[in-house]
Amino acid sequence: MQITIKRTNETVNYEIPFQSSTLLKALYHIKNSEDNSLTFSSSCRSGVCGTCAVRVNGKEVLACSYTVQEGDLVEPLAYHEVQRDLKVNKQKVRETLRTATAWLQSPQKALINEEQVQLTAKQTDCILCDSCYSSCPVLEVNPNFIGPFALTRAYRYTADPREGNIQAIVDNIQNNGIWDCTLCGNCTEVCPQGIDPKMDITMLRGTASQFGYTDPNFQTMDFGFGGF
Amino acid sequence: MLDILIIGSGGAGLSAALSAKQQGSTVLVVGKSYPTASQTSMAQGGMNAALGNVTPDSIQAHIDDTIKSAHGLCNEEMVKQMCEDAPFSIEWLEKLGVPFDRTSETKVAQRQLGGASSKRACYAQDYTGLKILHTLYDNCLKEKIEMLEEHLLLNLIVEEKVVLGATFLNIVTGEIKEIRAKTTILATGGYGALYKNFTTNSEGATGDGIAAVLRAGGTISNMEFVQFHPTALKSSSTLISESARGEGGYLVNSKGERFIDELLPRDVVARAIFEQMNSGEKVFLDIRHLGEEKLLHLMPQEVHLCRLHEGVDPITELIPIKPVAHYTMGGIDVNKNLEVTGLKNCYAVGECSNAKIHGANRLGGNSLLEIISLGRLAGDNAVGCDCHHTEIENTQLQQDQEYIDGLFEEYPYEKNFYDIQNQLGVDFYTKAGIVRDNTQLNNFLNELRVIKADLDDMGIGDKNRENNTNLVDFLQFQNLLEVGEVLLDAALVRDESRGAHYKTAFPKEEDKFFKADALYWIEENVLQNKLVKVVN
Repeated sequence: MQITIKRTNETVNYEIPFQSSTLLKALYHIKNSEDNSLTFSSSCRSGVCGTCAVRVNGKEVLACSYTVQEGDLVEPLAYHEVQRDLKVNKQKVRETLRTATAWLQSPQKALINEEQVQLTAKQTDCILCDSCYSSCPVLEVNPNFIGPFALTRAYRYTADPREGNIQAIVDNIQNNGIWDCTLCGNCTEVCPQGIDPKMDITMLRGTASQFGYTDPNFQTMDFGFGGF
Repeated sequence: MLDILIIGSGGAGLSAALSAKQQGSTVLVVGKSYPTASQTSMAQGGMNAALGNVTPDSIQAHIDDTIKSAHGLCNEEMVKQMCEDAPFSIEWLEKLGVPFDRTSETKVAQRQLGGASSKRACYAQDYTGLKILHTLYDNCLKEKIEMLEEHLLLNLIVEEKVVLGATFLNIVTGEIKEIRAKTTILATGGYGALYKNFTTNSEGATGDGIAAVLRAGGTISNMEFVQFHPTALKSSSTLISESARGEGGYLVNSKGERFIDELLPRDVVARAIFEQMNSGEKVFLDIRHLGEEKLLHLMPQEVHLCRLHEGVDPITELIPIKPVAHYTMGGIDVNKNLEVTGLKNCYAVGECSNAKIHGANRLGGNSLLEIISLGRLAGDNAVGCDCHHTEIENTQLQQDQEYIDGLFEEYPYEKNFYDIQNQLGVDFYTKAGIVRDNTQLNNFLNELRVIKADLDDMGIGDKNRENNTNLVDFLQFQNLLEVGEVLLDAALVRDESRGAHYKTAFPKEEDKFFKADALYWIEENVLQNKLVKVVN
């Protein structure tokens, strides 16, 4: 089968001698026996380390968890600095976690029941693969947008009974944060862990309103055409 | 001057960093990948602590189970210290925000793992390692701990046995650099990648820190002890957690017969499966009777992995499995303070170390405990280290620069190291795996030494300095050859069967000669070894 890989300076077709294979296995075949210089990132091979996300035919997948198909076009993640071929710089994108201050602000003792754990069980499955970030159209117009995974993580801590200062997180995700999301749902669609950042952002908007925040888009009543 | 350089950004490294930082030290965590990409993320089953939240338990029972599993090779004082600290380690993680599952009384839930006398493993669904690791990472961000990713350890900088820091390849820029510190903590992980395509471990488990200690004149020990996990998916070697058996899963052969008590220690179960396979049987894990609801709640990850990699639905079908290399008990030899034997101002912790906890076989649920409990201990001890000599001139950086430059000049190479590495994976699995034989080990050791001698005929095809993963792969391959040589020699010397090390010709434990740690080090360019009796 033939696949196409968008490399740093060229787009190259490769012949894969496998009937059925994960994309990662195909990439390793090329690197090991055809071209040592093909560059990509990977680690665990089982979908938990978040290292090998790429785009196939425009949609984000984990290379280790995607079965490669005839004619696939493989590209690096979007909205990341491409370092070489399919390898991208995730460091800058990880800064969004600091911006969102996605951690327990003021840990407090709390009785936690299993229902509360289950409430954010999905959100804490996040492997930081950056697929959601790459799929987010808001980053096209606002490169400073905090983005889906950092907001999901912020929500995860606001919903934790051990958090004694929910407002501190809520305060930090106002600018370039929850109100910038268009709720398009791309992030939800591509998440390999089945997380729903769109819903988490919606929940955060609800929490924010409890602390007196309102949607700035409604405040100006400016829906992109100069207002009423 | 940096106080503490931590090499490795998995659970052990990040726990050490949080501890040391809390005590006011300056800390830098350096890793070859991103912090959340480490092997810790792959730990599924749980973390042991004798809380007795579900069934009656005691710290003494935890100690006894661990010692029993270690088959005489542990330091009982170390085991006691870790088991006593376990409840506090869980409390520490609770404060950081780890989302452990709960009992109906809002206590941390616990499950049964093999070899444990009680339901002792605290868990967060089947993502326990992932959720612990990410929570540690979030806390490192909170505490403003500096983390440097994509830096591959090359060598320790050593002057008269004192470790002054280490040299690294900046993978992104291709620059070779040194980082000096008053104290260095190695938390670089194990060497399971020796068993390539026959291991649950990530590609990065290449024993980098262990090989670096060996080259630096330090001591490593018990490298022959490699734990085989009974249940990995047959075609991809992807782990299916022990919790699948803990919750009541069966092992069956092609005839549908059960052939072993599934909850016996991993080495016993792995050998039983190996025997079945040798007699021509296929082996399956059967979890169908647990029911869809329970499986999707308790083991969603396993269900997903079976569908993806094996094309079977475990809710209605049998799961084809094979035992594969899962955890390496041997590693950098350390004393009870976690200081590296033969070096000063240097600590090692986690899977890269041999802290005499797991001995000849690790108990399920004790590896996450080790990285958290001893990770914190390493951080605390490194803070207390009274260290000087850090400004001494040293030529390590220059040597490493010259070596790497040489790799870029040589072309073409004659042998493809990737092919050799794949074959080594097969050979380690079949000749130094679950059941061992001296003739095979001896022949394989000779072959491996020939490969080492042929390294000059191998090299990198990619001559670009930046983001050169071909170079990274080649340097890791060399580390594997170094630790692999020791593994084979140690396996050859140990004419007995103990824990995970099993020889058909010597099926019993021989305490008279081999209730001993196998120490290896390099002296005047020659690999040296000795057996040191274990006395408790």
